[in-house]
Amino acid sequence: MARNVSTGRKLITTVVAWTIGILIFFPILWTFLTSFKTEAQAIASPPVFLFFDWTTENYAEVQSRSDYLKHFMNSVIVSFGSTLLGLLIAIPSAWAMAFSPTKRTKDVLMWMLSTKMMPPVGVLVPMYLIFRNWGLLDTRTGLVIVLTLINLPIIIWMLYTYFKEIPGEILEAARMDGASLSKEIIYVLTPMAIPGIASTLLLNIILAWNEAFWTLNLSAAKAAPLTAFIASYSSPEGLFYAKLSAASTMAIAPILILGWFSQKQLVRGLTFGAVK
Amino acid sequence: MRVPFSEPRRLHTGDAMATLHTRSAARLMIAPSVLLLLAWMIVPLAMTLYFSLLRYNLLMPGMEEFAGLTNYTYFLTDPAFFQAIFNTLAIVLGVLFITVVGGTALALLLDQPMFGQGIVRILVIAPFLIMPTVAALVWKNMFMNPVNGLFAWLAKLLGLQPFDFLANAPLLSIILIVAWQWLPFATLILLTALQSLDEEQKEAAQMDGAGAVSRFIYLVLPHLSRAITVVILIQTIFLLSVFAEILVTTNGGPGTQSTNLTFLVYAQALLQFDVGGASAGGIIAVILANIVAFFLMRMIGKTLEA
Repeated sequence: MARNVSTGRKLITTVVAWTIGILIFFPILWTFLTSFKTEAQAIASPPVFLFFDWTTENYAEVQSRSDYLKHFMNSVIVSFGSTLLGLLIAIPSAWAMAFSPTKRTKDVLMWMLSTKMMPPVGVLVPMYLIFRNWGLLDTRTGLVIVLTLINLPIIIWMLYTYFKEIPGEILEAARMDGASLSKEIIYVLTPMAIPGIASTLLLNIILAWNEAFWTLNLSAAKAAPLTAFIASYSSPEGLFYAKLSAASTMAIAPILILGWFSQKQLVRGLTFGAVK
Repeated sequence: MRVPFSEPRRLHTGDAMATLHTRSAARLMIAPSVLLLLAWMIVPLAMTLYFSLLRYNLLMPGMEEFAGLTNYTYFLTDPAFFQAIFNTLAIVLGVLFITVVGGTALALLLDQPMFGQGIVRILVIAPFLIMPTVAALVWKNMFMNPVNGLFAWLAKLLGLQPFDFLANAPLLSIILIVAWQWLPFATLILLTALQSLDEEQKEAAQMDGAGAVSRFIYLVLPHLSRAITVVILIQTIFLLSVFAEILVTTNGGPGTQSTNLTFLVYAQALLQFDVGGASAGGIIAVILANIVAFFLMRMIGKTLEA
């Protein structure tokens, strides 16, 4: 590779790229900084950037005023619950489609994907009524069910693209050695599939954590995950910038960290394997 | 369409018994997903279709009656509907324009050698990982607020009158917020595609005396075309259903100035309790999305064969 780029040009690229990167990231940085200010400093003009009295009182306040931890746990339970349930249903399907494909496998896969194309608002009314009649409104169980269903096609697709990369010869060898189907899955496939499953898990937790149509419409005070809880700051209460920032920082920090670890899988999962 | 894996794998040609066994086992393993998704697709959608033909308001239980296509004519002649269709398209096209052009530029930039590339990548990706309600509220309050927002302070610094974004340009403001969230997605995918471009090809073009511009038009852009199509189609699916950003910033207003189709149906259903009307709107949204989905499926179908 003869990329003989002059140091000067590299320096200029660096400065430009960093400037743009920081500008794009700035709203998040600003939220983080504001979360440690007092309310007065948060709306000070001119704004204070770094030199203010750092305080953590907003975090304590958000928790004591609105039981933040409860909503945080709702998010954890709903996103992990729907992801694990989805994996449980999807792993056998993706495995079967990757290793015992039939003429119809492709059609089945495409059809599964097509369910993802349905705009949620097309089924909002019946889902709301079903939830109301079955007592599922504002319950974590209800949210887990819906999020499992909406993300199931993505989980199956991602697993399928990963499973297909596992060489069939290895399974063949295991079968020759007399491994039964269940043994084949437990001892041969699973260890090789774990990286793919882990990536799928990560991406799906991110998607479920940030899902903001069904969580907003089907939950209220009791089961509201952070998406819905933060939405309550759209009322005049949102004018308390420091508290809004503290609540927001805690809501986005875990996912930012997860997401940064899984950049590559993000591309793959979100394009259904079309771009790797 | 050609089926990519119609050629049986060696795995299954050896033992007919094992194959038969595997086949039925495979069917059993696929069944739960298929049945669940089938139910998820058919049951609610059939209900929506049925409700859309009824006069049915939750505030008047027991008064349901068959109404034919009244809900559709009501919905399709409502001025708010045309505004919503316009707004839906404006959001989709506006965000697509910003993210595809910006994303291509950013991807080209990030593909250059530089110091700390990994960190810049992380900074650029971040907005995509932020939940929509947080993104929208942070922009609304801390940036676009005409009194305390950072933009107001910047305007005053430059001697300008602070601009009330969400009151005077609600749709544009929402487009900007949503574009900020989706720019990383476009950048990330285009960068991934860009990195698979053959380095030697670029060098050969350079040696042949092709300038940066013609290299971009004749080499890079054709290479990116598939990724750009994927970005456009996938974003369109999500952008047709923008909801949370509108709910927490403008609530569809002022008036219906920033109401898109998704928000209109939501308001009809959960604010006015008009089950029939909202269902008709939902069916219209489904039809619109299907037109887009048709093209997306063909795209992804092709990549399966590749």
